[in-house]
Order: sequence, then C-alpha cells, then structure tokens
Amino acid sequence: MDILYKVLIDPFVQMGAAPDLLVQTVWEGLVSGVLYALIALGFVLIFKASGVFNFAQGIMVVFAGLTLVGFHEMGVPAILAVILTLGVMFLLAVSVERVVLRPLVNQPDIILFMATFGITYLLIGFGELIFGGNPKRMIAEELYLPTGSIEFQTLGGFVQLQKIDIAAAVIAAIMIAALAFFFQTTRIGRALRAVADSHKAALSVGISLNQIWVIVWFTAGIVALVTGIMWGARSDVSFALQVIALKALPVLILGGFTSVPGAIVGGLIIGIGEKIGEFYWGPLVGGGIESWLAYFIALGFLLFRPQGLFGEKIIERI
Amino acid sequence: MSAVQHVEPAAGPARDVILSVNNIEVIYDHVILVLKGVSLEVPRGGIVALLGANGAGKTTTLKAISNLLHAERGEVTKGAIDFEGERVDRMSPSELVRRGCIQVMEGRHCFGHLTIEENLLTGAFTRKDGNAAIKRDLEAIYDYFPRLRQRKGSMAGYTSGGEQQMCAIGRAMMSKPRMILLDEPSMGLAPQVVEEIFEIVKTLNRKEGVSFLLAEQNTNIALRYATYGYILETGRVVMDGEAKALRENEDVKEFYLGVAGADRKSFKDVKSYKRRKRWLA
Repeated sequence: MDILYKVLIDPFVQMGAAPDLLVQTVWEGLVSGVLYALIALGFVLIFKASGVFNFAQGIMVVFAGLTLVGFHEMGVPAILAVILTLGVMFLLAVSVERVVLRPLVNQPDIILFMATFGITYLLIGFGELIFGGNPKRMIAEELYLPTGSIEFQTLGGFVQLQKIDIAAAVIAAIMIAALAFFFQTTRIGRALRAVADSHKAALSVGISLNQIWVIVWFTAGIVALVTGIMWGARSDVSFALQVIALKALPVLILGGFTSVPGAIVGGLIIGIGEKIGEFYWGPLVGGGIESWLAYFIALGFLLFRPQGLFGEKIIERI
Repeated sequence: MSAVQHVEPAAGPARDVILSVNNIEVIYDHVILVLKGVSLEVPRGGIVALLGANGAGKTTTLKAISNLLHAERGEVTKGAIDFEGERVDRMSPSELVRRGCIQVMEGRHCFGHLTIEENLLTGAFTRKDGNAAIKRDLEAIYDYFPRLRQRKGSMAGYTSGGEQQMCAIGRAMMSKPRMILLDEPSMGLAPQVVEEIFEIVKTLNRKEGVSFLLAEQNTNIALRYATYGYILETGRVVMDGEAKALRENEDVKEFYLGVAGADRKSFKDVKSYKRRKRWLA
C-alpha cells in the first residue's frame, strides 16, 4: 500500500503543495518540448513529401549549427553567416536529391531509410573534418538573442524563466505559423500537399517531384538551422546533440508521422511529460526517468494507437 | 462475312496530326513485355478511342505517351512518340504538361486531402501566365462543371465518384492542354453519370479545341462519342477505323458490344475469328 500511495497520491500532493515548482517544471518541459517538436517537424516534412524516414534530421541540426558557428569564426558577421548557412543547407538539399533520392526513386522505403543513415555518417565525418570534434559555443548574443532570466513571484514562490527559452518558444511559434501559411496558401505549398497526398497524381498534373524534394529538404534544413541555434544557445553545439534526433522518434509515434500539428503537440507532451515524470516520480526509482520515459510512452502508443494522435486520417469512400 | 474494315487514313501533308505513336514497345521491370508494337494517331481536334479488354495495354499506351510509365519501372524500348511534331518519349511528365499534353489517370486520383478548388488549382502548377488568368480559367471550369462549383470547399476525398472524375478532368483542363489522355472515365460510375462525363468531354473538345485520346472498356459509349477507334488486344492494335465503321463491324459487335452475330454458331466459326483477330496487328 505504501508504494501505491507513493506512486498515485504523493506526487499530486507535492504538486498541490508547491504550485510554483509545478509551473517551473512545466515551463522547462515546454521549452524542451518545443525543440523536440521542431526536430519532429523536420522529419514530418520530409516523410510526407518523399516518403523517406530521414534519420539524418538530427545531424542536420548539428551540421547547420556548426556551419553557422564556423562561418562566424572565419570572421563573417553573424547575420551574413546565417544567410551563408542557409545557402549551405540549400546545397545539401540539392545534393541529397541528385545523389540519393533521384537514383533511388521507386526503390523500397527501407533502402531510402538506409540511405539516410549513410547521409548521417557522411555529415558526421564531414563535419568533424571541417569543424573538429569539440563542442562550440553558439553565437547567441551576436544573433541578438536575449540572455539572462526573468524571475517573478507567483503562487507563493519564485518562477524563473530564461529569456532565451522565451525567445525559442516565440521563434518556434512564428516559424510554425509561417510554414502553415506557406503550405495553405502558396502555389508551391499546395503542390507540396498534393505530393504528400499522392505522388502519382502529382506527377500526372506536371508537378516535378525532383523540384519538390529539393524544396522540402531545404525547408527541413531551415527548420534544422533554427533548431540548431535554439538548442545550441541553451547548451553547446556538439555532435552529442544528434541524440536528440532519437527523442524525435517517440514524438513522432505519439503525434503521427504524417501530421504537422501532431509533431508539435507530440513534442510538447513528451517534453512536459518527461520533466514532470522526472521531478515527481523520478525519486521513486532513483531518478533517470527522463531518458526513457518518452520511449515508454511511445511503446504504449504503438500498442494501442499505432497511427498516433493525429496520424493520417485515411479518407475512404465506401 | 465482310472482311474486317481497315479504313486507311487519307494520305498527304494536309492531315493535321497532334499526336502520333509509332510502333512502340513497352517493357516493365526489364522483363515483362506489355506493348508489342502499337501505332496510332490522333488528329488535331479529334476524339480517338482506345478500346480493348482488361490487360490489353490501353493504360500502358497512355502512360507511355505521358511518360508516367517511368514511375512504375516501365520503359519504351522501341518506337517513337511525337506530340506536335516533336519527339517526346524521353520527356518528363511535367515537360509534357507544359507542352500541352496531360493525362487523367484511371481511377481519378484526386488529391483526397485537398479541397476541390485546391485540386483544380494544382492543375495550373506548370503555368506561368499569372494569377489573373488562372482565376479566369477556374471560373470557366466551374461553368463547365457546375457541380464542382457547389462542392468547391469540400475535401475531394469525400465527394462522389462522378464529382471526382469531373474534378480530375477539370484539374487537367487547368493546365490549358491541347490534348488530354483520358483513362477509363466511365470506371465505377452510374450510366447516367458516364453519359454526363462524355457530354462534357464532347463540349470541351468542341468549344476548347482539346483533342482527346480516351482508353475505355465501355466500347459502346466510347464509339458513340469518338470519331476514330483503335482496338487493342494483348499489346497489339488488332483493328482500327472510323468509329461509325467500327460500330457496325460484326467482329466488334460480337466481341466488344455484346451483340452476337446470328450466323455464327459453330465452333469452327469462332475459331476462325480468333485467327482473324490475331493477324490484324
């Protein structure tokens, strides 16, 4: 009975007793959730348009971050470095389409999936060759990102918010809104949705899949750069960051591989869930819940709702 | 019994051919030979029917022309396809659409998660003549297909089969084509709706001057609307002629229109048709 009390009741008592701590924990979860959501978003974009599960999305985040810092170290002003990095991400998109997607078109999904492993290790090796293996500091101040924190008194205690986290959440929200606008209203956005809906039909109306793939990989590259900047500003830019790509996997399983809102909601749920789990339930098992809770949740979803929360609603006429 | 009619096209440079397919051979996956030398012509402003049973090669012929074949590991290994006097058999579907030749695939293939209006707009993807012109043409399409105007905000996946077929044809029309390859427009539709679709095809042909090559199993209706017909059997053209002549042909009547010839009762007769059907290639 004692253990049941500790699992089922005690954590909620603690939450009630110190609401300021709860708010702080939820906020921290929210922030890491936003970053998970951004990585998952990159996955979803590519998965929808080219049917490829892009294992390289995580390393693209690191690569974009390192390229940005690398340009800045060469003496390029920060804003110009961002533009140059976008250029590099565009080149990457073009080469992926030319060298990987085009020759492998019509091959089984698993082959394309394996090819993205290849891209991953190529980028790791290439990145280490150019930038070295040491972690680098993100040029946050140079990019006019705020530093420091705001602290305010509420609910009988203090809640501390890092300004960079607030900036990350705001920028992520703006980017998601911009993407939604792009997808819903522009000619290219409509074509992207058409391709996601049916490759064959898109081909038949004259949409060039090659062109769409470049655009979508470039878009994922932009998302990767933003993620790299935000994540890098909180810790450092290093190759260790690519393990966050693995965190995107449970996010995708939760939200559904084909759903942009799913990636966002899934990211937030996983982010908040693991922070709360760690803080309130972690002590019961000696801590460390954060590293596996996401996968645990994902496993549950695979068993009971494999298409995820927002997975493809299959429209079928009977 | 009259011999199978083969109406020779009038020779001479005066004939205006928009599409000509010359003895093409198509192989899927490097091994499966599907078309064994198909030749056909579509005159400008004509409606030509491509007839035949399941698996005869109608769809493959259309896909060879639009080059959607490539996405299914198929390849034109012999012969030539000319559209507007230009070799197009190595051209990508999007280049072909830009040149004015577009396919409406069998089974409609509307974008189910896009609205009807968005579906129609994707048809204009290759166009460069600006939003005003596209808007104008969208209205024109709604005038041809009033039902689509009513449903323009609905997801295409939730509309009826007839509406989807109209949407697919309307979407193709949005690319301002000179030629539409229409694959099995009657599939899975009620006879009344089929009639409606064919009437629209006729109207588009007359008013917009679009040429049609339509693959159809429903020989009866296809020959009523087409001016010329080709009959395919196991990858070969076994017969061709003016639609009227084909309609009256005894073999076509028996094999494709389901009207049995009165004097062919013995097994020997049947066998002789089979032989005759084969040589005609």
